[in-house]
Formats: sequence, C-alpha cells, structure tokens
Amino acid sequence: MENKNIFVYCEITEEGSVADVSLELLTKGRKIADELRTDLHALIIGHKLDNAAKLVEGYGINQLFLADHKILFPYRTMPHSAILSGFLENNRPEIVLIGATPVGRDLAPRIASKLQCGLTADCTSLEIGDHYDKKSDTTYKNLLYQIRPAFGGNIVATIINPETRPQMATVREGVMKMEKLKKAPEMVISTIDVEDYVTDADLTIEIVERHIEAQKINIKNKQILIAGGYGVGSKENFALLHELADVLGGDVAASRAAVDAGFAEHERQVGQTGVTVRPKLYIACGISGAVQHRAGMEQSAKIISVNTDPHAPINNIADYTINGTVESVIPKMIKHYKKNTK
Amino acid sequence: MSFRIVVLVKQVPDTRNVGKDAMKADGTVNRAALPAIFNPEDLNALEMALQVKDSIKGAELIVLTMGPSRAAEVIREALYRGADKGYLVTDRKFAGSDTLATSYVLSMAIKKLAPFHLIFAGRQAIDGDTAQVGPQVAEKLRIPQVTYAEKVVKATKNQITILRRLEQGVETVKGKLPVAITVHSSAQDCRPREAKRIMKYKHARTVSELQNEVKDYTDLFEQRPYLTIEEWGVEDISAETEKLGLSGSPTKVKKIENIVFTQKDSAVISDSDDSIDELMKELIDSHVIG
Repeated sequence: MENKNIFVYCEITEEGSVADVSLELLTKGRKIADELRTDLHALIIGHKLDNAAKLVEGYGINQLFLADHKILFPYRTMPHSAILSGFLENNRPEIVLIGATPVGRDLAPRIASKLQCGLTADCTSLEIGDHYDKKSDTTYKNLLYQIRPAFGGNIVATIINPETRPQMATVREGVMKMEKLKKAPEMVISTIDVEDYVTDADLTIEIVERHIEAQKINIKNKQILIAGGYGVGSKENFALLHELADVLGGDVAASRAAVDAGFAEHERQVGQTGVTVRPKLYIACGISGAVQHRAGMEQSAKIISVNTDPHAPINNIADYTINGTVESVIPKMIKHYKKNTK
Repeated sequence: MSFRIVVLVKQVPDTRNVGKDAMKADGTVNRAALPAIFNPEDLNALEMALQVKDSIKGAELIVLTMGPSRAAEVIREALYRGADKGYLVTDRKFAGSDTLATSYVLSMAIKKLAPFHLIFAGRQAIDGDTAQVGPQVAEKLRIPQVTYAEKVVKATKNQITILRRLEQGVETVKGKLPVAITVHSSAQDCRPREAKRIMKYKHARTVSELQNEVKDYTDLFEQRPYLTIEEWGVEDISAETEKLGLSGSPTKVKKIENIVFTQKDSAVISDSDDSIDELMKELIDSHVIG
C-alpha cells in the first residue's frame, strides 16, 4: 500500500533516550508534512520504549509505531533492518528520514537496497520543490530536494529521486532545529509484532561484549565556542582557549588540522568530518577557514576571527576580524570581559 | 575447500588536498588536477583482509574494483601489498551509477567469484563520503554486514569475531560466514609494498592497458598468467543493463553548486587593549556573552 506520509526512524541512544538528530528530523518532518498536507509517522525500535515514546511527544507525530523486544537493544543491523524494511514495504511512505549517525548510516543503505529506492547520505538541508525533466517532458511535483556537501565539502549537490518511493535521506546531526509544537496533534501509538518481521536468520551476528564510554566532551549544543586551528601553534596555547571558554561559559572546538596535530581531542572537531555547530558566538582562533571547516560552523550567529593573516578565508564570514596572535588577543579578551562584567 | 576473501577497493580523487591550484578560474573543482589515490579506508580494509589471509591456511585474497581503465592502478598497488589477484569491473555502461547501481554491479561481480567467505571494504570513499556501497552490496548478496570494523579478534574458516567502533565506544560481535565487513579508519594502517612483489607484479596489466603499451608483452603474459588483471564488462557479470548506470540509479543530481560563502561586512579590529575592550563591551551589551 502506498501512502503519502512523511516517516522518521527514531534512534535510541545508549542511555535509552531518543537521539537529538531524531527529534530534529521530527521537527523538520512535521514542517514537510504540513507543506504537503499529509501525516507524520515515526517508528522506534528497541526495548522498554515507554520513556522514548514520551520523549517524542509534542513534535507533531500523528502515528507512532513501536517495535519493542529484548532482542532489539542494543542495536543490531539485521533485526532492525528486517523490521524497518518490512514495515516500509508494507507502507511505502513518500519520504523517509534517518539520522546520519553511525547507526543510521549502517541501517539506511541496507533498507534502500532492499526497497530498490534512492538514498542520499549526510544531507545538511531538505526542501520541497518541483523538477522538470527535459528528456521526458515531465514535471515532478513536490519532490524532496536532498541537499548535501560532496567532493570533500568543496561542492554542494541537490539530489532528487523523481521515480522511486520512498525518497530516503540520512541527515546530519545538528544542522536542523529541534522544536516542540505549541499545539501538537494527537499522537496515536501502535505496536508492531516483532515476530512478523524478524527471523532466526536475522540473529546470526551476536554481540559478545560492549564497552560504552560516557561522552565526556560534547560541543554540539554549546552556545559559545572558542575554536582553535593549526595556527594556534601548540597545546599550551590551546590552554588559553580553554581559559577563555571557562570565563565565558563556553567550550573549546577545533579544526581538523588542530586535531590532527594533537592540539585537541577528536570530539572537538568541527566541520565536514566532525560535528556541525550553530552557537551564538564562535571565536575562530588561528583557523584559516577551509570549506570543510566552514561547512560545520557557518550558521553560527556571530563569528569572530582571530588571525595574523588578514586574508584568511574565514574573515569573509566573520562579523569581526581581529588581526593578532592568540597569545596577545585571548588574554586581553579575558581581562576586558572580567573588567566589564564586574 | 578454498577460502576466498574479496576486498572492494576504489580509486578516488584526493579531495583532502583541494588547494588553490585545484580550483578552476570559475571556482569549480578541477578534478583532473587532483591526484588519483587508493581510497584511504580501503587500504585499512586491505590490511584487515591480509591479516585474515595470513591466519587461514590456503586463503586467497582477491581485490575487486569498479572504475575506468586507469583504476587498474589500485589493483597493482594491492598486488604489491599482498593481494593474490585483481579484477577490474569496467564498462561505459556503468557511467553515472549511484550507490544502488554501483552495489548492484559489485554484487554481480562478487557472485561470479562465489564461493566467497568474507567481503571487506573501506567504510566510505572520500569522494562521496556516503558509506552506502558496503551495506548495499551485503544486502544484495543477502549476507549480514558488520560496519566500522577496527580489528579482527579471531577468524576461522566458518566464523569471525570483530571489534567494531560505535559512536560512544566499541563492541565485539561474532558471526557465521559469509559476512561483509566495512573497515573504519581507526583500524590498522596497511602494510607497505613488498620489494619482491613489486618485481613480480610491476608488469601486471589489464588487456586494455596492454593494447596501449608500445612494447609487445604477449610472450611474457603467456609465460606468467598471473600478470593479467582481468577486466569484466556488463556481459561478463551477467548484469541487466536497466539496473546499472543512469537508468539503474534512482537518485539524480538536480544541481551542483560550488561553495561560495557570501562575504559579510566584517569589522576589522586591531589587537590593542582599547579595541578589544570596546568589542567585549559590545558583545556584553548585545547579550551575546555575559
């Protein structure tokens, strides 16, 4: 049966909560559903999902499906894909959105292959629009524009799936807003019979052991980020950034070059291969501003660049450019912030 | 019974080093100016596969790549580092394949190599960064997948135990073969080329490459059949043409834009005490900080 719904796969975190990216997708999915005058459906696969079902309340889901069974947590590719692909084969929504997390990027391609439909990875933006195909003189109405960086972040491509349904995309964490509705429609909850979908053949890969580290560093939702690049020069100078971050109540981010040089932990990396952030204030210190980096922070509300090179590309997107070294500028920022907030 | 390992590799433009010289005057990427390299995570995959080969007596390691004629370079590279044989899947009809069509082509080629026990591939290729082809090949072969592998803990002729990277930690999984494994960059780096193997395989060529050679190598290739890198086209892998290339690709590129960041009106400030004092006051007054 084909329907016109928008569908979001909600991912369960190690702690049994719902992943932020899933809530971001529900927010976006609701907007798309409104634009296309259709319903928003969502599926959660895991075990003991009562809490998770509460967490997705208020995001505008019309119908929530739960696949709840002890074999479904922790995540394993085969049983999860058996349920999701089976469910989608029965329902064929118009659009399927999945977070571009390690789990989503493991699951989505397997589903797309099974359903023989198109999939775009790591989208940073989604829009609805039409497409005119010259060759067949056909106009496709209301397609999902799946917008993603490509070619190492040097270009942005808009991908469409004119013919196949569902139109599937994985979407990067942090690029879309997460927002509950003031007035959400009533959410109907139904459960899925797991045994209808999962067979013994889906359980041949077993988990022997797991080591989960609580995430110590998480810059994703910080409102103030002091970011350092290779130009910061040393781990010692990075300590200055930490000092400023502590004073301002923010955290430290880094470019890939700084992470590769060992100045900062990998979890702090912003950009194409790191996290995407959109803080109130982003102070870029000694960061030249390669496209890969800018892709991860250009949506920051205010950007200050501290750089000795007046022609650093990052200056083009900065609200303020300070010509100077990290060693001279950062201590002054700390000093004058303290002085002015006394 | 032989034990067959297939490693999927890809030749990619080195997108990590797109410098000013790699950009054309109109601001687009000049792909021709980028060096073609062995996709980095495919080298991790090759190393992991070689370790399994080393631990299982009589195991055979085959590298498989899809691409233009030039992609034979990555097969030679793999032969220098320890692969036993290489196949280049190449056909003009493959042009424009998205990940679904690509995984169809690769899965048809792998089926020709049956019986196989393990498929290895890099997690993702740096030109597309999709990480889709590995899992899609696994689905098309109807075998389980283990993604983001970091280490093979144990491999026997019918079972494998793998340590894999998670978003927040690691887990060890165990499964019956055949399994498809995608390898993460945190896995061990690939061993270097071996001098002996370079001597042995430096003349390894595909048939199309041989035709372009000035020297006649016919005799050499008859004496040393291992020098032939097999080339497979659409018919060789019994593929249906509507499932590959543009017609087999549900995703279409509607638009490509170069990243152009619109220039903001940037206030340039000196690093003097006065101007930084001024800036901090402004940020506090506008509630950006404070």
